[in-house]
Amino acid sequence: MKSIGKYFIFLGSLFVNRESFKTYLRLIIDESILVGVNSIFIVAIVSTFMGAVTAVQSAYNLVSPLIEDYIIGTLVRDMTVLELAPTVIAIVFAGKVGSSISSGLGTMRITEQIDALEVMGINSASYLVLPKIISAVIMYPLLVSLAMFLSIYGGYIAGTLTNILTEQEYIYGIRLDFNPFTVKFALIKSVVFAFLISSISAYKGFFTKGGALEVGIASTNAVTNSCIAILLADYLLAELLL
Amino acid sequence: MIEVANIYKAFDGKQVLSGINGKFEQGKTNLIIGASGTGKTVLLKCIVGLIQPDDGSVFYHGRDFTHADRDLKTDIRREIGMLFQGGALFDSKNVEENVMFPLNILTKMPPDEKLDRVNFCLARVGLENVNKKMPSEIRGGMKKRVGIARAIVNNSQYLFCDEPNSGLDPQTAIMIDNLISEITKEYNITTVVVTHDMNSVMEIGEYVMFLHKGLKIWEGSNETISRTEAKELQDFIFANKLMRTAQAK
Repeated sequence: MKSIGKYFIFLGSLFVNRESFKTYLRLIIDESILVGVNSIFIVAIVSTFMGAVTAVQSAYNLVSPLIEDYIIGTLVRDMTVLELAPTVIAIVFAGKVGSSISSGLGTMRITEQIDALEVMGINSASYLVLPKIISAVIMYPLLVSLAMFLSIYGGYIAGTLTNILTEQEYIYGIRLDFNPFTVKFALIKSVVFAFLISSISAYKGFFTKGGALEVGIASTNAVTNSCIAILLADYLLAELLL
Repeated sequence: MIEVANIYKAFDGKQVLSGINGKFEQGKTNLIIGASGTGKTVLLKCIVGLIQPDDGSVFYHGRDFTHADRDLKTDIRREIGMLFQGGALFDSKNVEENVMFPLNILTKMPPDEKLDRVNFCLARVGLENVNKKMPSEIRGGMKKRVGIARAIVNNSQYLFCDEPNSGLDPQTAIMIDNLISEITKEYNITTVVVTHDMNSVMEIGEYVMFLHKGLKIWEGSNETISRTEAKELQDFIFANKLMRTAQAK
């Protein structure tokens, strides 16, 4: 409980004694490249294979002649949009970006770089963490949008190349009974997940004490706690919004 | 001038500083000395506001920093430059960007003027043609000098140095000590150095405060320190064979 309280106080401290908007703008652009652009490759690989595997495994399970093949397209679409793209990619994002945020801030802490900022009269939490959170909240929904597209495309490639279904059946399947709210829901989830991953990882890194070993521990804790928070938020959002 | 008044600090019930008083005068190189674990760095961190003391106050030219509101604290901090033990240079920025950082954040200086100021400060600490090097590409002594350049770039009124010559060879250590002393005189700033190096004490210690187990045991200058009758200070000074030999002569 003490840790949760400290986390909320930490979040509050991001918004006091801030630097100029121009300073943050430059930092947000830099962080967006690190958080977003540098994650495109891993997100593309994971999401393409995720869609492909979903298509192949759905076909393996759908053995009844009463179920049409185009349902595979529908299954890939709904699983991707509702769960796989926002949530599984969030776990990957926590592993890549969360650990990087935590270890970066942890190293800055133990090498007194954060103290150096404080001594200069700069709110180190706000200066270092706020741009990371804003960048994550902006870039992660874009990554999820890319993941949705590539996952559905991966399902299409796997499905048609292995003759599970035809191109027409897959496209018919992904257009069947499409509910646009699912995309909105996925984007809401992605904003929440991005905030949780970046803020929890920053919190863990920012309060690191000790040396290199503790930086590693903080980084591991950041990923673990982010994953738990993602799953909890995933359930709560599903209950609230669906 | 900086005045510390009745500073107390404990961690988890263990008293680290007890009733520390002292005055660090402008234009002088003030040293806080003592063995490891005596509270020197904790006192320095209380002075610069990185640690809040349990009791007592720190005054910067009469302004109560310890109990100041956020705005006054920020104003005072922007008059402070600090050299950390490991340099604390920002890994992701090169030497020029590190030194320019306080100017970028704290001033509205035009870019050309900022670059001139950075080059002036780097030249002042004896560094030239290293602007584009990353901190990982320069040696320990150079890192300290870049740290000093960053500390003075914003015309700081107060300079704090935490173990400025730790991990340096004797010649480089003396060079760093002399640089700190020269800058103190040149810009008439208030400098506080935390060290356990007796060479530094003898070289630049115009005012010396000796701490032992969280208590201030002695204060004076490098000219009077060897005549001390305080047992703890004698043990500290003459732990070094060189100092014992010098004393015997």
